[in-house]
Amino acid sequence: MITDIVIVVAAALLIGVYVSWRAGRIDRLHARVDMARAALDATLLRRSSAAMELAGSGLLDPATGLLLAAAVHGTRSSDRPRDLAESDLTRALRAAFSQPDFRTSLSGKEGADELLTEVEGTAHQVYLARKFYNDVVAATRDARRRPLARVLRLSGRAKAPEFFEMDDSLTAEKTGASLGL
Amino acid sequence: MKIGIVCPYSWDVPGGVQQHIRDLAEALIDEGHDVSVISPADDDTPLPPYVVGAGRAVPVPYNGSVARLSFGFLSVSRVRRWIRDGDFDVLHVHEPEIPSLSLLACWVASGPIVATVHTAIPRSRILLVTYPVVRTGMEKINGRIAVSEAARTTLVEHIGGDAVVIPNGVATRRYRKADPLPGWPGAGGAIGFLGRLDEPRKGLSVLLKAFEILGPQRPGLRLLVAGPSGDEQDILNRVSDGLRDRVVLLGQVSEEDKVRVLHSVDVFCSPNTGGESFGIVTAEAMAAGVPIVASDIDAFRQVLRGGEAGELFATGDAADLARVAGRLLDDAARREQLSAAALAAVADYDWSVVAKDVFSVYETVVLGSTQAAVTALSNGFP
Repeated sequence: MITDIVIVVAAALLIGVYVSWRAGRIDRLHARVDMARAALDATLLRRSSAAMELAGSGLLDPATGLLLAAAVHGTRSSDRPRDLAESDLTRALRAAFSQPDFRTSLSGKEGADELLTEVEGTAHQVYLARKFYNDVVAATRDARRRPLARVLRLSGRAKAPEFFEMDDSLTAEKTGASLGL
Repeated sequence: MKIGIVCPYSWDVPGGVQQHIRDLAEALIDEGHDVSVISPADDDTPLPPYVVGAGRAVPVPYNGSVARLSFGFLSVSRVRRWIRDGDFDVLHVHEPEIPSLSLLACWVASGPIVATVHTAIPRSRILLVTYPVVRTGMEKINGRIAVSEAARTTLVEHIGGDAVVIPNGVATRRYRKADPLPGWPGAGGAIGFLGRLDEPRKGLSVLLKAFEILGPQRPGLRLLVAGPSGDEQDILNRVSDGLRDRVVLLGQVSEEDKVRVLHSVDVFCSPNTGGESFGIVTAEAMAAGVPIVASDIDAFRQVLRGGEAGELFATGDAADLARVAGRLLDDAARREQLSAAALAAVADYDWSVVAKDVFSVYETVVLGSTQAAVTALSNGFP
């Protein structure tokens, strides 16, 4: 009799610990999503600042400069969804960087190498930050979808995080399809 | 005079700016001037003898849509070579605020420069942000032309300075005479529309709603709609069942057929809800002598002389359009009168007249310049 009670209590305790561990994990995942999102936002901002600096540097011809500046403006205004505006900036940067002999045409100019390296570096960080963000979003969505999490509503009122999809490669093939034509 | 004209958009793509440049160049050549136009163009596009290709334009996102533009240092060197070889007395750039050839030409050139602004855009922050980038090029412009009061306002508000308004020309000869399409306009009367079907600002939906009112009252009345794009079925679905077979969609039509469409209707409707800086289609309809009903936007009020050369209705108001168009369909005498007034008014916009106005801007700028001809700077680019 006593042993039965002990077993039931122990089982209840174990289940309680397990459920609370699962709930804690989902909670931690949500916190990681927030952190990853903040990191992604920061890299996007750094990339657009670097692009704006390049646009206004006087190194480029004014048409390329204007294209970049307009694209940067797009990422800062609320007229267009963020993902589309950031993808537009990627495509504008790609159009500039994929000109034949683009780097050679600027080499030797004051500050050109630093600026180009910074734009490419920040663009690469965007790629990394977005990858990490989407990874943790995938893990979170997966954890939330488990039957136990759904039945016991372990994620509470937190909304399921969304993936952030955008075109973030400066070196994609310069085809019509990649430009969404 | 030796005149160099810069076109920012691909010559092989139909568009208002390209057409403007073609008509202006031809009118100037008719006057005996030596004209060269540089324009982006696909390599295999046949070009008129006065056009120099500047290579293929690249599709890039700009202002929320994808535009085909020419930029980059290769374009710079092509423009520079054209300016050097051309030895022009004056350089005339179009839409220099667009990131394309015209802006590059302003940047590379030194000497008398005239710029024409075509687009009217609502006040936005974008130019405030981007203007510093293009300032060097823009500040070299000696004379500015806006094709409409609305485009001038845009320029004054965004960039400062002033511009003379010289409206677009219309090659009126091409529109004056044409045979109606077979069976049109028909006994019950016909209303015509030309323009993109899927662009809300062109206002086709206002006209369709007005037809919902007019159609049942006038059993024979038909609607003739020509223009590119748009899902035909979707447009027909916006009309009630009984009226559907009286709405005829032609899709995109050739230049010649466009003129025939204008001669196939009793009343032509321009229901645009805004964004139009001049309304070239409306002016073409005037040149065809078809009576016009147009929305009361600035651009139309101006070409139609405040309603003297065409009826105006409250912009976006289908009921008002139905009332005005209905009255006009019943009044043959008024239609005659409007047709004559439109033909008279549009003569002011004929390219031969407009090109003279543009030429006097060239003369003024050349007079005020310390430089005898346009030269190319090196700007440190190869």
